[in-house]
Amino acid sequence: MKEISVFDVIGPVMIGPSSSHTAGALKIALLAGKLVSGKIVRADFILYGSFAKTYHGHGTDRALIAGTLGFGAADVRIRDSFDWAKKYGLAYSFHTNETDRDVHPNTVDITLENENGVKTFVRGVSVGGGNCRIEKIDGISVDLTGDYTTLLIRQHDTAGVVAYITSCLSDKGVNIAFMRLYRESRGQTAYTVIETDGDIPNDAVEKIRLNPEIQSAMLVKI
Amino acid sequence: MNFSNGEALLNLCQQDNLPISEEMIRREVELTGKGRDAVKKQMAYSYTVMKTAAQRAVKGEIRSMGGLIGGESHLLWKYNSKGRTVSGNLTGRAAAYAIGMLEVNASMGLIVAAPTAGSSGVIPGAFLAVQEEYGFSEEQMTAALFNAGAVGYLITRNATVAGAEGGCQAEVGAASAMAASALTELMGGSPEQCLSAAACALANLLGLVCDPVGGLVETPCQTRNAIGASNALLCADMALCGINHLIPFDEMVDVMYRVGRSIPSELRETALSGCAASPTACRLCHR
Repeated sequence: MKEISVFDVIGPVMIGPSSSHTAGALKIALLAGKLVSGKIVRADFILYGSFAKTYHGHGTDRALIAGTLGFGAADVRIRDSFDWAKKYGLAYSFHTNETDRDVHPNTVDITLENENGVKTFVRGVSVGGGNCRIEKIDGISVDLTGDYTTLLIRQHDTAGVVAYITSCLSDKGVNIAFMRLYRESRGQTAYTVIETDGDIPNDAVEKIRLNPEIQSAMLVKI
Repeated sequence: MNFSNGEALLNLCQQDNLPISEEMIRREVELTGKGRDAVKKQMAYSYTVMKTAAQRAVKGEIRSMGGLIGGESHLLWKYNSKGRTVSGNLTGRAAAYAIGMLEVNASMGLIVAAPTAGSSGVIPGAFLAVQEEYGFSEEQMTAALFNAGAVGYLITRNATVAGAEGGCQAEVGAASAMAASALTELMGGSPEQCLSAAACALANLLGLVCDPVGGLVETPCQTRNAIGASNALLCADMALCGINHLIPFDEMVDVMYRVGRSIPSELRETALSGCAASPTACRLCHR
């Protein structure tokens, strides 16, 4: 658990009206956007629970588009993000799901498509105070917050890959705060999520990508 | 040095002979590794954002996204300036700024969640009015925000500031406690008096439910921010004159949390009961 900073309490500085329905929603989309390589051309959102009921009056839809476009929670362009989406060539849709009650009340499913037609699916939950948790990426259950510099790696589930990753990081003096492994099934695709205290240098990420067992390595910084 | 409750904070203040604001600055520096100046500068920026928003609101009409509020702070501002009010000029100004912040917030303007967006008017309202009245410097106001931050941190850590968990008492109640403590320090009160003011503010708003009409951060949130601000003014004065709140701050935080958990979920931000379920609210929402 991260220690509470004074700026978590007097803050965040944000565009209103709701830290959970506006700032937190934006952060989910911002994180989702960072998982996509290349230009995002299409974003489809499914809103659950309280998000589904009140998204319009809270500007949740505008915030989600703004996050997808890479705007921060204090960016005054959020209010006009639909216009900015048009300008950037981003198509979008919003749907609500009020029947599925098995999810956290502030949940959104995001499917982003890049210019090559590659789709990325993310489920995020806004947990209050502008904070969020990413629960799913593509088919995999994960747990990441974006509060730390995060490295998301998709790899072949085989011996030695994790050792290779950690050595690439330790060579650059990076200290790992949290590290989790997820996999679809044995010997198939696995995911490594690493959260670090300090920055992760790009050349460490480049070196990780050189390993043939590693399919992708994505650095997520907010 | 870190601290996990009010008692530990008071011990630290006594040991170092420092006010709460200074202990909070030291904690932040230690926690983040950032320099003292950087931390103070960041807080000064937050105060600028608060000030800009509140002063913009009282000058003219702002329409909310949800359409339930807009222009109220300007009305109250004009009314105050005529000089004949029931609640007094300082209180009236604090209220005008507080409700103005909620207008800016509801129109997707830039605000500082303090501790939440829904309670973002309480601290700016109380702070701006008191600064204007007594001519405190920006530096003094920034320091006072660290005092407020210390109280908010303790409530976040040991209870909650989320309306969905603890009702409005956790949002506006917490903001009011933060402001009460900060104003007490600003006016020369001791750390003990600060936490007594905070405890009193929590007790006064204990049990306040979260029942936003249409689920929007507009009504009754807006005027409750005015109450949070004026409650802070009164609690600071009561602490400063020597009234000690019977129940200590740490116990009050715990009480607030337990009361929050026993508020039915219909009255915790779900918009299913309270003001949100009144016939007028229901009519507006079906429009």
